[in-house]
Amino acid sequence: MSYGTGGNRFAIQTFSLSRKFGELVAVDGIDLSIKEGELFSLLGPNGAGKTTAIKMLCCLLRPSSGTATVMGRDIHEDPMAVKQIIDVSPQETAIAEHLNAWENLRLIGGIRGLAKEEVKRRSEELLEMVGLAKRAKDQVRKFSGGMKRRLSIAMALVSDPQVLFLDEPTLGLDPQSRRGIWEHIAELKGKKTILLTTHYLEEADALADRIAIIDEGKIAALGTPQELKDSISDMRVMVVKAKNLPPDAIEGLKEIYPEVKATEDGIEIGAKELSFYEIVDYLRPRGVAIQSMALKQPTLDDVFLHLTGKELRE
Amino acid sequence: MRFAELAIRNFKEMWRDPISMGLEIGIPAGFLVIFWALGRSMRDESFLVPSMLVPGIAVFGFTFLLMFSAVVLARDRESALLSRLLVAPLKPHDFILSYSLPYIPLVILQILLCFGIGALLGLEVTGNTGLAFLILLIMGICSVELGMILGLLFAVNQVSGVGSAIITLVAVLGGIWIDLGTIGGVFYGIGNALPFAHAIDAARAVIIGADFSSIATDVYWVLGYTVVFFALGTFLFRRRMVE
Repeated sequence: MSYGTGGNRFAIQTFSLSRKFGELVAVDGIDLSIKEGELFSLLGPNGAGKTTAIKMLCCLLRPSSGTATVMGRDIHEDPMAVKQIIDVSPQETAIAEHLNAWENLRLIGGIRGLAKEEVKRRSEELLEMVGLAKRAKDQVRKFSGGMKRRLSIAMALVSDPQVLFLDEPTLGLDPQSRRGIWEHIAELKGKKTILLTTHYLEEADALADRIAIIDEGKIAALGTPQELKDSISDMRVMVVKAKNLPPDAIEGLKEIYPEVKATEDGIEIGAKELSFYEIVDYLRPRGVAIQSMALKQPTLDDVFLHLTGKELRE
Repeated sequence: MRFAELAIRNFKEMWRDPISMGLEIGIPAGFLVIFWALGRSMRDESFLVPSMLVPGIAVFGFTFLLMFSAVVLARDRESALLSRLLVAPLKPHDFILSYSLPYIPLVILQILLCFGIGALLGLEVTGNTGLAFLILLIMGICSVELGMILGLLFAVNQVSGVGSAIITLVAVLGGIWIDLGTIGGVFYGIGNALPFAHAIDAARAVIIGADFSSIATDVYWVLGYTVVFFALGTFLFRRRMVE
């Protein structure tokens, strides 16, 4: 179990990490190596094993087999050392409802052994960062869902952990609150190692340096968002919206490109290499009025569908 | 002293729930007045005189603290908050102390209220007041430690049922209203095996003049239960920390 050297150190490594609940295999022998400073996302549907994996890495759940290290410390052999350098923002909003925002941060700072002055300084910074400075003295049970979630993330940052686990940080939030939280997470990129679980494709796509797609406890694919998208096809697709598209023009395109499909308001052209100007130069002389042209990107949803045969939101 | 911050949180959580706080403080005081009035209207008021009532009602009040402390722990256990707290490098005994300590001021307040109201109703302490206070304080802590065990074993909706059963059990077998000697048999054995009757008997004896040597066994009995409940709570918490 090598911790790595120099700038290539691994913050988190799992070694055939597995967890069973009776007959159900929640996590099935996953092997991951997450670099220091990386924002790594576990992407998968509900019940894929994401939270179970995080619980094992946070020393809250004993693996059935295999193990993992966090900054070189084994979760089996030295859980207290692991707990010293990590923190988590759990899936459900984990805050003390009768305390105010400031007291919640002080609670976490205190149990993590920070000096009072340090807790005060960190809390002021974090409340400012998550936009709750003006509500610091309000009891959090009066907060909205988005505010509670922002506080929950701030609480995970009080002790300035080396490794941060964010378990579905935007689950159930409206799009505006979700984007707000993305901004806060994006601010942390590169500053600390983050393992983020999500079943929102856009979230993983927007934030993660690398993504592991997890399904039924197994890692189905791993790579950067672009690598994953590229992996499912080397074919590029140009979506052309146009009027006055004569049948002979479509037939002519079929002779040039391997995939040409007529759509309601135009055509989709597929090929390994596509040139914008080449298509324009072909269509214009034939009287076609081009309204728009765009290269269609495969989405992570396409990747998930391709790998598992099912939609992520099933 | 990392647990101190969690203990402060638990104290605030309790203090900011005015209904529970009112019940926790008001129940023993209310019962004391009600039973004193009841005793005055009864022909045989021997077991309802203040020297008998004050220790009994104080211990009876602790059973409500037991239930409230169990509910707070069970509620946190069911919420994500405890998961977050468990990720902090705290030991099981830190958690048990954090959830128990906030109740000690309430135990002290309940005892002082019982003695204060008892004094107004005619309580005369001929023995060592401090010793009587200490016995009841240990019994109060013992009750809270039992609350920790219930909070770790049962869900919130189960705690109130189990707690009610314990309150009834203590009322019947703790010798609060009925002298255990008059019950006899198995019930006497059970009542005598539990700490409640020992605490009440010892405190009553001290109030009417007994010295420590005559009640030492009772005190050690209660102290022993307190240590066992704390150890068992710590053990159960350790098991809870890693599923």
